[in-house]
Amino acid sequence: MVSRRAKEDKASADDTIRVLDLYQTRDKIVVRKLDGFFQRLKRYTGLPMLAAFLILPWLQFDGRQIVWFDLPARKFYVFNITFWPQDFMLLAWALIISAFALFTVTVMVGRVWCGFSCPQTVWTWLFMGAENIWEGDRNARIKLDKAPLSWNKLWRKSMKQASWVLIALVTGLTFVGYFNPIRDLVPSFFTLSAHPAALFWTLFFTVMTYMNAAYLREQVCLYMCPYARFQSVMFDADTLIVSYDQERGEPRGTRKKGTDYRSEGKGDCVDCSLCVQVCPTGIDIRDGLQYECISCGLCIDACDAVMEKMNYQPKLIQFTAGNKRVHKKEHFLRPRLLAYLVALLVMIGLFAQTIYSRMPLELDVIRDRNVLYRQVENGLVENTYTLRINNMDNHAHHYRISTRSQLDFDYRGQREVKVDKGEVLTLVVRLAIDPGLLKLPSEEVIFEIESIDTAGLTESQKSRFIGPRLF
Amino acid sequence: MSMFWSIWVIVITLIVLLGSVWLLFATRKITVVDAKSADGDNEDNNGGNNSDNDQSLADKSKSEPQLLTTGHNYDGIEEYDNPLPRWWFNLFLITAIFGFVYLILYPGFGSYPGLLKWTSVNEWQQDIDKAELQTAEIFSQYRDKPLEEVAQIPEAMKTAQRLFNNNCSVCHGSDGRGSYGFPNLADNDWLYGGRPAAIESSIRHGRQGVMPGWGQVVGEGGVGHLTDYLFSLSEREHNAESAASGKQAFATYCAACHGADAKGNVALGAPNLTDSIWLYGGSPLLVMQSIRDGRNGNMPAQQGLIKDDKIHLLAAYVYRLSKLQQ
Repeated sequence: MVSRRAKEDKASADDTIRVLDLYQTRDKIVVRKLDGFFQRLKRYTGLPMLAAFLILPWLQFDGRQIVWFDLPARKFYVFNITFWPQDFMLLAWALIISAFALFTVTVMVGRVWCGFSCPQTVWTWLFMGAENIWEGDRNARIKLDKAPLSWNKLWRKSMKQASWVLIALVTGLTFVGYFNPIRDLVPSFFTLSAHPAALFWTLFFTVMTYMNAAYLREQVCLYMCPYARFQSVMFDADTLIVSYDQERGEPRGTRKKGTDYRSEGKGDCVDCSLCVQVCPTGIDIRDGLQYECISCGLCIDACDAVMEKMNYQPKLIQFTAGNKRVHKKEHFLRPRLLAYLVALLVMIGLFAQTIYSRMPLELDVIRDRNVLYRQVENGLVENTYTLRINNMDNHAHHYRISTRSQLDFDYRGQREVKVDKGEVLTLVVRLAIDPGLLKLPSEEVIFEIESIDTAGLTESQKSRFIGPRLF
Repeated sequence: MSMFWSIWVIVITLIVLLGSVWLLFATRKITVVDAKSADGDNEDNNGGNNSDNDQSLADKSKSEPQLLTTGHNYDGIEEYDNPLPRWWFNLFLITAIFGFVYLILYPGFGSYPGLLKWTSVNEWQQDIDKAELQTAEIFSQYRDKPLEEVAQIPEAMKTAQRLFNNNCSVCHGSDGRGSYGFPNLADNDWLYGGRPAAIESSIRHGRQGVMPGWGQVVGEGGVGHLTDYLFSLSEREHNAESAASGKQAFATYCAACHGADAKGNVALGAPNLTDSIWLYGGSPLLVMQSIRDGRNGNMPAQQGLIKDDKIHLLAAYVYRLSKLQQ
């Protein structure tokens, strides 16, 4: 407060004083729809993923949903594999690899993930599509927004809202359908007999989808998404970015078709502002690379169409490396990118190997701790072990249990067990030995289980045998 | 919480909450003083970063003046005006309102319990009640079946094994074979009887096994004689002469509980002394110690700790352990 007054006092008659609001209301971005190469590319990359998202939960495999994250049972079915909470390391690695793939792509071609595949983009375009159907193109929409309320406006807006809600609801149902079998969820949702948690989350994701894709749109990319903010770390002068050829385009200006604009001192840019009108984040690409740019390439489509109409060369705006713009040599395959690619391939290879060789079997050996050892008949000493055999496979297995050690322990307990699918069997066994044979008071012993019916399905676990110190 | 600390917490909470809201509004707008540029040929006088596109900026600035900096200038580094979205400001407000509502509904303002009277203990109790309601069927389905029958049901025994591991294995071992001072449940030797009812009663009501010390009464010599006598019963190496005088002492002091034939008495929990099973160790010195100083065994009653239906399952499990041996 004090400093402000001090400033006002110092202000002379020549100075202007203005009050700056540090928060701004969002300017609605009305995006123009144009056809073009990148627009089609977006459709053909986004649609298959959208279709996969919508269809996948409806497919069945082995009597259950093909992809089903069963949270209450802590079992995660992905195609033919059942993951357990113990496998969470794999999820962590899958996410790390995904993030790394994103970085690699960013180094290579910038933020194409944002422009083509990000759900935020795909859903925003879905909602914009509905807008386009009911309210018409960009100019019609701007006119409609300014027009006073009328029946025409009312029914168009209502139909748009209804389509939005419908898309959001389908999204919410599908998403929750990955956690709650969708064939039960959909009928029970509409009869309101679904589990309260399922109802809540369906409505939650419906509302969130609606808010994100109908109103927040580019605000998510600009203010919430961390990727937009740290992308510059991954960019270098050889990264392909959407950029405007200033040398060719400037000075921009309107002109009649066919005139000799160069003699008038003008560049190729006709300043039609179409590149701004089609931009989903509302920026002017001619200002250079900005963190708002999601590399969707729609301004390239718009500009190329105009260039063609004017009989100019295309690619005034194009995907190109920063180096090219400053007339330096491009190095697309540079060490940095190669290192990224190699690391990514190695990670994917190791991950695939881990998944492929993953044993759907787990063995835990818990030595009884209440008594170190027990003296039994004929002077033998005995240790007790609790074995937990977790059959993570999709069908029952018979297992044979054995021990491996330098010493010849007398195994006392069940040798062969049957464990149902998904069961954790608890088995108590004992090992006995003449204490005179123990070289140390604590000896290593390895428990092994091996499937009798399936070759190669084995698991082992180290434990200790503890006996008296006799020397 | 005393009144002082309660007020202390309330005052600090309120200062932080209201202070945050005040800070939010106080920093919402700033006043910028722009000095008119010396030459005055540039309409927007806020920065030198727009030489490339003067034309378009000048066009735009007719409708809205370009306010590019906040007027903050530190060593030549200017702060650009990049306003946050309004909804961001609103989110802050909603957070503050949520905080107030939360503090009214839930405990947080010192010792004020909140309108909902929520406590973590209550919530825990509700969860436990709910879980017990859900799992009651698993245990109660065996309630009316006799132990011998329950012991034959594999599903029941798997459940019982987990109960045993959680509640009994700490003393008796996870195989139920006991250890020094804790009876082996997997043999067929029973201190208090091995009939199903006796086993269930042992678990439910517990057992107190008291063997008084006889060292003062019979003297150290007497302890030795008794030990020799016991070893003669289980056909171990012993001094026959000493055993003979031990037999006299046994009839006087020990037979009341352990029986004239030393085969024990399940009514008192007196062990059979003619077999090779020794709860407190069978070596001569350990047996002498038992006689001299006595022994105290305590199996705590599980009634009240474990639900009746679960005790029934546990009893069946223990019953089965002993039968497996045969």
